[in-house]
Amino acid sequence: MSCHAVATPEQEAGTSYRTVAVIGPPNSGKTTLFNRLTKLHQKVGNFPGVTVEHHTGYVRDANGEEVALIDLPGVYSLTPKSEDEKVAVDVLTGQMPGTAPPDAVIVVLNSTNLHTHLVLAARVIALGKPTLVLLNMADELRKQGGDVDVLSLARELGTPVALVSATTGEGLIAVQNFLSSATPSPEPIELPVMGSTRGYREWAVRVGTNAGYRRPATPVWTARLDSLFLHRVWGPIIFLLVVIGVFQTIFALGQPLSNLFQAFLDTTGAALGRHLPQGMFQSLLINGVWKGTGSVLVFLPQILLLFLVIGILEDSGYLSRAAVIADRTMSRVGLNGKSFIPLLSAYACAVPAIMATRTIENKRDRIATILIAPFMTCSARLPVYTMVIAAFLPEHRLLGPFLGTRAAAMLSLYVLGFLMAVATARLLKSTVLKSKDAPFILEMPPYRWPTPQGLGLRLVDRGKAFLYRAGTVIMLVSLLLWAATNFPMHHGKPPQVQDSVVAKLGHAIEPVIRPLGFDWKIGVGLVTSVAAREVIIATLGTLHGVDPESHATDLQAALRHELAPAGAAALLVFFAFAMQCMSTIAVVRRETNGWKWPIVQFTYMTLVAYVAAFATYNIVGYFVR
Amino acid sequence: MIFNFRFRRRTQPASGRANALADLQVGESAVLGDLKLAPAIAEHLMNLGFVPGLVVKVLRSGPGGDPRVYRVDGTEVAIRRDLSQNIDVELIGAPAFGD
Repeated sequence: MSCHAVATPEQEAGTSYRTVAVIGPPNSGKTTLFNRLTKLHQKVGNFPGVTVEHHTGYVRDANGEEVALIDLPGVYSLTPKSEDEKVAVDVLTGQMPGTAPPDAVIVVLNSTNLHTHLVLAARVIALGKPTLVLLNMADELRKQGGDVDVLSLARELGTPVALVSATTGEGLIAVQNFLSSATPSPEPIELPVMGSTRGYREWAVRVGTNAGYRRPATPVWTARLDSLFLHRVWGPIIFLLVVIGVFQTIFALGQPLSNLFQAFLDTTGAALGRHLPQGMFQSLLINGVWKGTGSVLVFLPQILLLFLVIGILEDSGYLSRAAVIADRTMSRVGLNGKSFIPLLSAYACAVPAIMATRTIENKRDRIATILIAPFMTCSARLPVYTMVIAAFLPEHRLLGPFLGTRAAAMLSLYVLGFLMAVATARLLKSTVLKSKDAPFILEMPPYRWPTPQGLGLRLVDRGKAFLYRAGTVIMLVSLLLWAATNFPMHHGKPPQVQDSVVAKLGHAIEPVIRPLGFDWKIGVGLVTSVAAREVIIATLGTLHGVDPESHATDLQAALRHELAPAGAAALLVFFAFAMQCMSTIAVVRRETNGWKWPIVQFTYMTLVAYVAAFATYNIVGYFVR
Repeated sequence: MIFNFRFRRRTQPASGRANALADLQVGESAVLGDLKLAPAIAEHLMNLGFVPGLVVKVLRSGPGGDPRVYRVDGTEVAIRRDLSQNIDVELIGAPAFGD
């Protein structure tokens, strides 16, 4: 058996294909292969009307001609039951609007699990398009003592077959040859008609046997690690350690990185501002464009860090085991184990958390996770909590040296957010996002070493997706907010904050927020904090004429003058629940591919925040005068 | 939370009779029978290898006994009890070949 040989029953020569679809089951290494082939020369997009994202990559065939590769969602079958499968079928049959019908198909199968994966190959070949079958993970197959005769398999299937390894690059020359040497429509070879999945499966075993397929042994290390990671006692302990590790990484490493990055952007922005003539243009550029861009960019370190950690967990295979461990707890709120890591990350920042929900295959569970993630107390709430608590709550010891009143208040706000997330999850899963037909079924892949290349490509991919797609929305909102603080102009100069459009907005919403104990100044803060929660501090600073950085105590005094203790409590509760973050809104829009869910979410969270703040104001007001 | 163990020990089912997959002990093997599940779920499980006639082995159980990891034809899949109790199995006396 030659590893590099492409076994083709009839070798044709002809014109190259223009568009080729790549399909394969989950855990077949399809994404690694796709990235390797296209060298990340690809663009990300959503198919119209669905949340399924797809990549289109470009690759040169053996003649140097450019071919577009469409990466289809990972599916086991072509019975259009799930959204992913429907997308795959629609693209393959040329029914997907805006996507050219593919001239040919590449099927990526996991060679260590051939019987299961051949079923998909049979269904794709039955579509009658020129097809190349790639048996991926050749290195693992051989290492574990497996074997397959590529030539016999090609004869059995009536299509070219190649044994490849996406991680080492072995045998990939077969793809280039396929792209350039096959004719647009070869005679499809008739496969026996198999009605049921069972029929397909029996056929797959027969074909595998005829091709001399010998299944590799389960890697010893996988069994050993599983008996530890899924152990009754050690499993949950290791799980908790991993969870703490993820949390620490994002919180202790990501936050300072973001702050550093923020400081850098502020300094460069200020330096840039000095070189520009004073005036509207300078203000637009520095306060609008630069700060807008900055508010997008500061999320980048945390996003990349989280995806690095999740990438390691996922590529190594541990994430599937973590889902098994967390499943029992998560099932109590109607979600499954796969929601755990995204929800945990949301304590650092909802933006990367929402992007991380991609690992949840079930669409309804994924949307439910996206909707509850911003209730988790993210790091942007901390400055607001710290300032308001410091202004209103004197520090007393509660539990000796361990817990003071301020820390207790902070902790209870964390708990509050968590409880609301749980309540919302229960509400969603028992009503609009009910999904009885989506049980917990999770394949446990063998453990593997994550490759730096795979991790790197993932980081670039996620980073690009965030900057391009979410960045544009965030930019637009920043510019609108800039305009609102800089208009109307007086004698060609921007107004004082109290005369601007934002202030008018603050006054306009004052009757609405009055029952919460807020005046128009807090109202202005609520409007500007849509950009990001912590912006309210800077805004209040400006309104009171104090620099919030150097005169923190002055601002606290001003706040005490302005807010009753009950109003302060209401403000904290409002911030715990409200979706005051345009980056989150933009990412939800991107991830759900539409405005429906972000609007629903923003409305719901604001409503919850309002009602809870109202209740808090009245209850606390009753006890504290 | 995570540490809520619930021990559920069923009486050892008699050999040769049809039982639910959920009734097997960790380490036991059996031949898959009918999947008495919604067609979409049954289809998904069959695509993963849960095809009637194949040998299934209970590899291990998660903390608290649910979900459990099963192996069919080289694929390892975790499912919850709510599914495994609706999957019929036929017990086999000797350990299955290949496992």
